[in-house]
Amino acid sequence: MQVKDGLRYTREHEWIDGEGRVGVTDYAQDQLGDVVFVELPAVGQEVRQGESLGVVESVKSVSDLYCPATGTVVAVNEGLTDRPELVNQDPFGEGWLVQLRVEGEPEGLLSADDYRGFMEE
Amino acid sequence: MEEKSRESGRAGGVPLRTPLYGWHEAHGAKMAEFGGYTMPMEYGGILREHQSVRTAAGIFDVSHMAEFWVTGDGAAPYLDRLVTNWPSRLEAGHALYTPMCYPDGGTVDDLLVLRLGADRFLLVTNAANHDDDAAWLRANNLWPARVTIEDVSRNMGLIAVQGPEAVRMVSSLADRPVADLPGFGLREPVEVAGVETIVSRTGYTGEDGFEIYIPEHGRETETIWKALVGAGAVPIGLGARDTLRLEARLPLYGHELSSEITPLEAGLGPFVKWEKPDDFLGREALARQKEAGPGRRLVGLRVEGGIARAGYRVRNPADGGQALGTVTSGSHSPTLGVPIALALVPAAWAKVGTELAVSIRARTVPARVVRLPFYRREAV
Repeated sequence: MQVKDGLRYTREHEWIDGEGRVGVTDYAQDQLGDVVFVELPAVGQEVRQGESLGVVESVKSVSDLYCPATGTVVAVNEGLTDRPELVNQDPFGEGWLVQLRVEGEPEGLLSADDYRGFMEE
Repeated sequence: MEEKSRESGRAGGVPLRTPLYGWHEAHGAKMAEFGGYTMPMEYGGILREHQSVRTAAGIFDVSHMAEFWVTGDGAAPYLDRLVTNWPSRLEAGHALYTPMCYPDGGTVDDLLVLRLGADRFLLVTNAANHDDDAAWLRANNLWPARVTIEDVSRNMGLIAVQGPEAVRMVSSLADRPVADLPGFGLREPVEVAGVETIVSRTGYTGEDGFEIYIPEHGRETETIWKALVGAGAVPIGLGARDTLRLEARLPLYGHELSSEITPLEAGLGPFVKWEKPDDFLGREALARQKEAGPGRRLVGLRVEGGIARAGYRVRNPADGGQALGTVTSGSHSPTLGVPIALALVPAAWAKVGTELAVSIRARTVPARVVRLPFYRREAV
């Protein structure tokens, strides 16, 4: 499973980059299987770290997306409406889910190396 | 991410393994428990597997299914009383699909009855109901001297081969013709890849194909499986099996059928044979329900803007969204590319074209009653 350097990770297998972009990891997309539907928050919505930020559905499962930071939703990936499979094909790129304007410093996130270590446990 | 829900069968005890468990593990299948067995859910993507069955051929390990031999000169009348369809009217070499009901009309299980001789039948029931079925079959054996029931669920391998290429593929491995079998026809013994089997023209996908019964389990099931893989068949997990059967509107026990749901409510009236002369379990209750008209019916839904899963509420789209019924199965349809669902709703709301709504978490989205099945294969 790929883990991308330069991102920060949650133990629930989300990532967030320096611009507040949020997605799920390669491991998460593999566990989900074929993603067929994504439910995302409205732009402008205020969100808190640890709350549900949306829902990602595969053919067989429904999973909560956890918010890795507190802030405001400034963009959602509209491309996923027609092409939810991007979450599987490019989880760290075109398959991003939400962009946040982060307030303050999120707590307890993992570096890429820490996430690799966490995965090995 | 955290998984909120996933469809799965009833659990209980240490899960059993089919004869192909080792093969599935060695070939990267995602495994999960279903019906008391550890079963392959998918090998490399449910959507791709689904598509393979619709366009080429897929193979399914369905060795978890429960099988019972029913033999003896009382077998035919015993089965006529046990199930709603009419097994005594079957000719040897044919199979039928039937519900099996409680006296109150609720459903014990749905099953296939294969007739292999005048006094020799094979019953194929759902793995998740194995224990209940075994007890029910025995409790209703009124003629133990004339009817022998043998539970061979643990000994029998079962492989389904489904899709437009299935006939060609199985024919190429069989020592006798099978392409001439009509729908629900069966033949035995047929050697497939050198292994003695019973071959029936049945399935659970909406495609043409066969189910291959291997009475002795173990390596021999794997011999056939490997030969089919060698012939180009794609291994299919239970994930795609579910989307395939949903598109074809084939019921799944625990969803479209249960002890609380009668075959008439589930739209299985054609499998209840009123003209059968003798009494059968559930007859009186079902006749009353037929007379009055079932209060609720199974409908197909096209859902907009979300996936309506089993258990979600179906509502009146107006009038404050009064709850009308429940989704029994729902998923993304790989063939149609849209969300589809089966639901039980009041008869007055069951007409094709009726506008309904479904609650999906905090939202309520539109759903329209559509003609079933969602998918029908083109006649060849």
